[in-house]
Order: sequence, then structure tokens, then C-alpha cells
Amino acid sequence: MSDAGKPIIAVTGLKKHYPVRKGLLRRTVGQVFAVDGVSFSIGEGETLGLVGESGCGKSTVARAVMRLIEPTDGTITLEGQDITHLGKAELRPFRRQMQMIFQDPFSSLNPRMTAGDIVREPLLVHGVARGRAAEERTAALFEQVGLRPAQMRSFPHQFSGGQRQRVSIARAIALDPRLIIGDEPVSALDVSIQAQVINLLMDLQRQKRLSYLFIAHDLAVVEHISHRVAVMYLGKIVEYTDKTSLFLNPLHPYTEALLSAVPVPDPRLKRRRRVLEGDVPSPMKPPPGCAFHTRCPYAEARCRVEAPVLQEAAPGHFVSCHLHVAA
Amino acid sequence: MDTHDPMPPVLDVAGLRTMFFTRQGLLRAVDDVSFSVARGEVLAVVGESGCGKSITALSIMRLVPSPPGRIVGGSVTLDGRDLLKLDEAQMRGVRGNEMSMIFQEPMTSLNPVLTVGSQISEAIRLHQDLSRAAAADKAVEMLRRVKIPEPAQRAREFPHQLSGGMRQRAMIAMALACNPKVLIADEPTTALDVTIQAQILELILRLQQDLGTAVILITHDLGVVAETAQRVIVMYAGRKIEEADVGALFAEPLHPYTHGLLASVPRLAIMSGQVQAAQERLQEIPGMVPPLTNLPTGCAFAPRCRFADAQCRAAFPPYTQPRRGHWVACWHSERLYGAGA
Amino acid sequence: MHSTEYDSELVKAGASAQGAFGQTAYFLRRYPLGAIGAVIMALFVLAALFADFITAYSPLSTDAALSLAAPSRAHWLGADYMGRDIYSRIVYGARISLAVGLGSTGLGCALGVVVGLVSGYLGGWVDLIAQRVMDILQALPLLVLALVMAAALGPSLWNTIFAISIPLIPAIARVIRSNTLALRELAFVEAAQAIGMSELRIAARHILPNTVAPLIVLATAQLGAAILTEASLSFLGLGIPEPHPSWGRMLSESAAEYIRTAPWLVIFPGLAISLVVFGTNLLGDALRDILDPRERG
Repeated sequence: MSDAGKPIIAVTGLKKHYPVRKGLLRRTVGQVFAVDGVSFSIGEGETLGLVGESGCGKSTVARAVMRLIEPTDGTITLEGQDITHLGKAELRPFRRQMQMIFQDPFSSLNPRMTAGDIVREPLLVHGVARGRAAEERTAALFEQVGLRPAQMRSFPHQFSGGQRQRVSIARAIALDPRLIIGDEPVSALDVSIQAQVINLLMDLQRQKRLSYLFIAHDLAVVEHISHRVAVMYLGKIVEYTDKTSLFLNPLHPYTEALLSAVPVPDPRLKRRRRVLEGDVPSPMKPPPGCAFHTRCPYAEARCRVEAPVLQEAAPGHFVSCHLHVAA
Repeated sequence: MDTHDPMPPVLDVAGLRTMFFTRQGLLRAVDDVSFSVARGEVLAVVGESGCGKSITALSIMRLVPSPPGRIVGGSVTLDGRDLLKLDEAQMRGVRGNEMSMIFQEPMTSLNPVLTVGSQISEAIRLHQDLSRAAAADKAVEMLRRVKIPEPAQRAREFPHQLSGGMRQRAMIAMALACNPKVLIADEPTTALDVTIQAQILELILRLQQDLGTAVILITHDLGVVAETAQRVIVMYAGRKIEEADVGALFAEPLHPYTHGLLASVPRLAIMSGQVQAAQERLQEIPGMVPPLTNLPTGCAFAPRCRFADAQCRAAFPPYTQPRRGHWVACWHSERLYGAGA
Repeated sequence: MHSTEYDSELVKAGASAQGAFGQTAYFLRRYPLGAIGAVIMALFVLAALFADFITAYSPLSTDAALSLAAPSRAHWLGADYMGRDIYSRIVYGARISLAVGLGSTGLGCALGVVVGLVSGYLGGWVDLIAQRVMDILQALPLLVLALVMAAALGPSLWNTIFAISIPLIPAIARVIRSNTLALRELAFVEAAQAIGMSELRIAARHILPNTVAPLIVLATAQLGAAILTEASLSFLGLGIPEPHPSWGRMLSESAAEYIRTAPWLVIFPGLAISLVVFGTNLLGDALRDILDPRERG
């Protein structure tokens, strides 16, 4: 998959398998295929939305890209440089280029540090600024995310959920990164606060030409913030395209079902919903063939034995489904 | 727009007040909340965290943790009986029998060391004079009704062996086992994935229609409200601020907070052809919910409201009924959003 | 909508911040027993600090004429067989008890924190080895281990402190390790890794400060045990050497021979030991109730 212009980040064939150990000797009895061959790229100033249900591996993708966990296979290229196998020290300069915002606004801030110290910390760690300069820069960051510099002296528990998320964002942009990975950054927030944080993220993107990997389960939020969207199911991307194509013309039956399941805040819209039967299978024992065939209303004999691959079904519209292969 | 006939309510809540006496001071969790639900009706209680919607539900069930909480006023009338006047033993006969509740996290509401079937049959035997075997059969039957595959097998399993969606189904089976008049569902799908959420909501609605149960659905998700409820009450900072039929509420909200809330939700706009809307800034409600220990005098929404004036800050507005069946508590609703009969 | 859950997640991991002053005021009202413990401990510390000012006699000066003197106006708690003033010896003995108690608890905590932090944060084989060593240490009763070490090292103040501190390590290390394991999973530690912070700095800046509360609770509880162990060692002749006044030694010198003829030789040092251990236990229980959220209702 190639994008116009040089991508900020390109991920190819990313895999993360966890061994399942059992018994006294901790023998490996199986593998959890948390992420099983995921590829995507994100251009400058672009947002890629990564959606899927819990356990589909989207958070694992985020952590592997951030190199917080070691990928089992695949390559991660940040601004043309392969960072997949860099050691801790070599990785440090690249850490400045990508930062992360977490879902939980409560556990993502150290309760024993002031908000100012939390935001200042990356500056100190990377020797970007110290003393007076660091102080001024922190104050400027606070203003950029809509907090008052006077709040630098407050502790996290003195902030509301939305404000804590602003502190997290200030910490993430402190080093002027090119890429920000948001792991469900607005999922824990109330509706009215969620809108504030989404707007802030979009404003920052425009000002700084930031690239986002935006992970969420809320399709309406993803539609709003993303330029392109990748849909994950059981460790694999099943559909990957620009947002208009995805929402207007979803090709994968899973995407279709996801969209139909989202409750729409408009009682006049009495849609005919397609309610998916059954549960997501365990990533320890993914079904043979297409992983979705156990819940797919269109599944054929072929789907149960042969795994489809991600292919371009329409220009720029990739889907991994036997029903949508150019014959 | 659907207008349902004024059936006598099964449950009538009037002037309910619940307070918490905490270290930080007096916390008005529920303040003068009134509503009623009719047989077979789904009433949604919607609001953001800290608006008092969950405490309202716990108050109706008389499950408010005490101390520090206490119901200090009002009445909760179930079929002509004021539940607040019952003693604890009588109340136990109501809970799980005439009125049931399901919670957000089904894992913590099920006992991890007992099988699912035994927990359901135990709940049945608490209220119905059935033999052990008959209750066990009924438990399996309930599991079948909530569409759990292989119900007899599942009844012998422990909660951790079921998926989140299956556990919530088991909770619903337990809640409906005694055919209650009222089911209170407190964020029943918030912890679930969207495809599972759709399954559970559909299930609740179908069973509710079959059994004629009145449902109070507590949620923060306006999408869930639009797709399931007939009537809605909107809560803010412990107060009911608006109540209407679901169609009227979404089409013509009369409170600035409801307006702001509806405008701030991102919608699947592309599907309905509004490609442009999907790029625009979302409308924000500035500021945040005030702490319940330190509410401003007057309308609690005033500090965040564009239209607030001295009157709003001085006194909480009275409930008015600008349209039939549409109640609102706002001094300026009529001026802002017009009102016609 | 999830705020309460997350807050309790944090609290479960022992990470929360609250003003010290507010906590103290609340403590006194809510935990009267804890307050009594705190007063006992305060008196104990004051006695140790100002021993010179609140005693009239040297704890070491002997006077044959006073041998086994009963409590009197001049010698409030009487005198021992060498005519040494018991009140003075108990007050000065508080110094020894406090020094050994604080010294061994401090040393034990420092070592325990290092072991717990390293084994919890690094995990893997480091953790495995550290945990097995801790298992072995913990399998032996505190007193027995201290006894063996004290016997091997010979009686002296420093040896006693050292001998008592080693058996304290496992309990501390275990608590710090489990805390570290919980904290390591929290997002702020991940955020620190994402910044590119070194492991050492993360441990020092993000993990350690959040383990302070459980550490205080545990240290207070261990203080009583350490003081009691010192008394036991001295009673057995393996602790503080003569002529320093140690409560345990005061007991052992007198217990067998003088319990009938001069019971004050036994009663008062015994009371002192009991009171201080009682004080640390009361204080420790109250602190645990306040700081350890798992015990909080």
C-alpha cells in the first residue's frame, strides 16, 4: 500500500504472538495471535482510524508501533528509517518523533507529580530545555491545550477527566512529535467533554501537521476525526480505505455489521439493523479460513477453509473477503 | 410522532431526593426528581457522569449505600404501594420479584464460585415456592429465553466461563425470572462491544414486549436512547431538566443543555449523505459538570450556558410544559426555542 | 462515566495523593486508638531524645548502698542489684530500643525496597532468584534468624541492628514487589517508557514514590517487631552488651533471681517493652486502615 508523498510511518506485516504457558514447567501450549500480519501507513497531517472490538488487537498494534512491546515479526518504518530492531539507546531520538495518548485519564498521569512536572518531564529527559526555558515551554504547552499555566502546580486528582486528558495531550506534544498514537483517547470521557478533546486534537493537527493513529471502538468518533480507516477483526485488518468509501460503501460484511450496530441518535431513523449473532472467537484458536466466517451472514464453503487476503477491490479500497475479489 | 395513551403508571416516582453525607459535605445526588413509567414502556434516563442517574436507580431499588447515602424525601409508588415506607424485609420481597435491576458490569454482579444456573434458580426460589428441580428447570428455560445457546450445558458453567455478552444475558435471565413489573437497566451495554451491545438491546426490547415489563434504561449514550426508548428524561447535576417523548426530545429539545448534548455527539454523517458534516468541528459545551458538593445556586447549568442571566443564577427554574407531555426546567426555553401548543 | 472505577484502580495500586495535614486531622477524629498509639510513640521518642534532661542519675552509676532498693521518692522505680536507678536505665534504654528499632527497620526497608523494586520491575530470572531467596529467609522465624546472626556476629550495637534488619527484608520486599507489579501496568509508566526514559529513572520517579504509603504502614508494624527482637536478643545475652541499658538485658539480669524479692526489677522494663510494642501496633493498624486501600471500607 503506498500513499501519495512520503509516509511518516509505515508498518508492514506486523505480528505479535503471545505464548500461552501452562502447568508447572510453564510449557508453551499455544499462541495468542494478538496481531497477525498488519500493514498500513500514515502520511503527514493524516489521521488513520483503527477500529475494531475489544480483543481485536488494536491496542497491541499501538504498543508495538511505539516499541513498548517487541513485535514478533514485521517492520516499522518511521520517516524512512527502520526502527523495528533498534536498541533502547538508538531508539531514543525516534521516541521524540512519536508519542502516545492513553485511554484512561486517571492512570495515565502519575498521581504524585504535579501536572507541570508531568508535561515538563519529556523536555528534561531529552535535554530539550531546562530551568527557566523548560518552565516557559511548559506554560506555553498548557495554553495550547486549553489549560491555564497556573494549573501547572496542581496534582492530577485535582483535575477532571477531560482536563487530565488535556494534560496527557500536552505531554504528548511537548517534544513536537510527527506522529501521535491515541489509544481510545476519548472513550472514557463524557459526551460534552469528548467533543472538546476531539476538537482540540483536530486543531493541533492543523497547526502542527501532526499525523495520528487514532484507535477507537466508536465508529462515529472515528468517522469524524479520520481521513482513512482500517477495520480490524481478530488480529487482522479486514478493510482499509478512505473514510468516505468506508462509510458510504463498506465492502466487508464485518464492517457492514459494525456500522449497522452503532446506535444512531436519531429516533426518526428506523433502520433495518443487521444484528450479528454470536461472539468474537478466541484469538488463541482463530477459526480456519476467514476468521469472520463463524458470524458472517454470507459465508460460503470456501470461507471456512481458505483465508482471504487483503486485496484492492476498488481503487484505494482494500478488503479481505472472498466476496469482493476482482474476478 | 407517537402519542401513547395515558395508561396508569406501574411505577411513579415523585419528588425523590437522595443525599450523601460525606467528608466533603452534603452531596445532593438526586434532587426533586419525578417521573412515571407505564406497563410495557421504555423510559430512558440520560445524562453524563455525576448527573445522578445511577443513584436515582439505586434509590428506587432502595439500594443506596447507607451511610453515607440516604433517601430524604419523595415517594416511589409501585402499583399503589410506596416502597419508601416498606421495611427491609418487605423490600426484599419486592427486589428481584416485582422489580429487578441489571448492572453495567455483569462479572461483578454474578458470584464467581457458583454456577450460573444455581444462581438463577436461587433467585427464583427466593420468591417462588418451587422445588429445587423445578427451579433448576426454570433457570434453564430462562437461559433459553435470553437466547443462550446450549442452555442446559451453560447453566452448569461458572460466570468466568461465559463471555461478557453471555454474562449479561444470564443477568437478564435472572432479572426476568420472576416476571417483574419493572426492570431497571443501569448502563447494561456500556461495557460491551458494539455488535454485542446491539444483541443485548434487541434482547431486552423483545423480552420487554413479550412480558409487558416496564423498563427504566439508564444510559449516557444518546444513540441507545434514540433506538430503544419511548420517553426520555434528561438529568443534569442531580436534577431532571427535561422530559419528553423520544421523538420530540431529539427533534425539538427545549433545554440548552439537551441542545448542546445533541450537537456535541459525533454522528455517522457520511452514511446519511452529509459528507461535509463529518469534517466540521464538533459543537462543544464549554466547561464541565460542577461538583455535586458545591452546586451553584439557581440552575446548575448556568455557568456553562450561553444564555444564562441573573435570573438563572438566582433560582432553579420551575418545570413548565410548553407542549403536551414535554416538560422542561429552563427560564428561557420559551424565548430560545419557541413554544407552541 | 468511568471515573470512579479508574480512581479505585489507582488506589488499588497504592497510587494516590492527598494532603498530609487533612489526613492528620482526619486521623485523630477517626482513629482514637491510633492516636493513643501515636502519643505513646511520641512519648517514647521524646524520652529517648531528652533522656539527659528528665533523669537525675546516670544509668551507669552504681551504688552498693542502693542495691535492690524499692521504689521511693528519690528512685521512682527503685534500683537494681548494682544500685543503678531503674527509671534512668529505662529512659536511657529507650534510646537503645529506638536506635535499634529505627536502625534495623530503616536498613531492612532500604534493602527490602531495592530487592522488591528490582525484582518487580525487571521481572524474569532476577525476580525468580530474588523471590526464592526471600522464601528461604521468610521460612525462618524472625527471632531465630536474628539469633543465629547475632551469635555469629557477636554482641554489639551495630551487629544487633544488622542481625535484626536482615530478617525484615522479605516482608518489605514482597509488598514493594507486588506494588511495583501493579504500578508497572499503569499507563503513566508506559507513558514514561514512550518518552524514552531509562528504566532506573522510571523506577525512581514513577514507581518508588507511589509505594511510599504501603511502605510506611509496613515499617511501622516492623518497628514493634524489631524492638521486641532486640529485647529478646539482649535477654538471651546476644544483643546489646553491658553496660548499656537495654530493656531486654534488664529483664534477663533480674528475672530469675529477683522476681520475688524485688519485682520492680522485672515489672518496669517489662512494662516499657509492652507499652512501646503496643504503641507501634496501634499506630500501625491505624496507618494501615488509612493508607492501605485494600483494608478501607
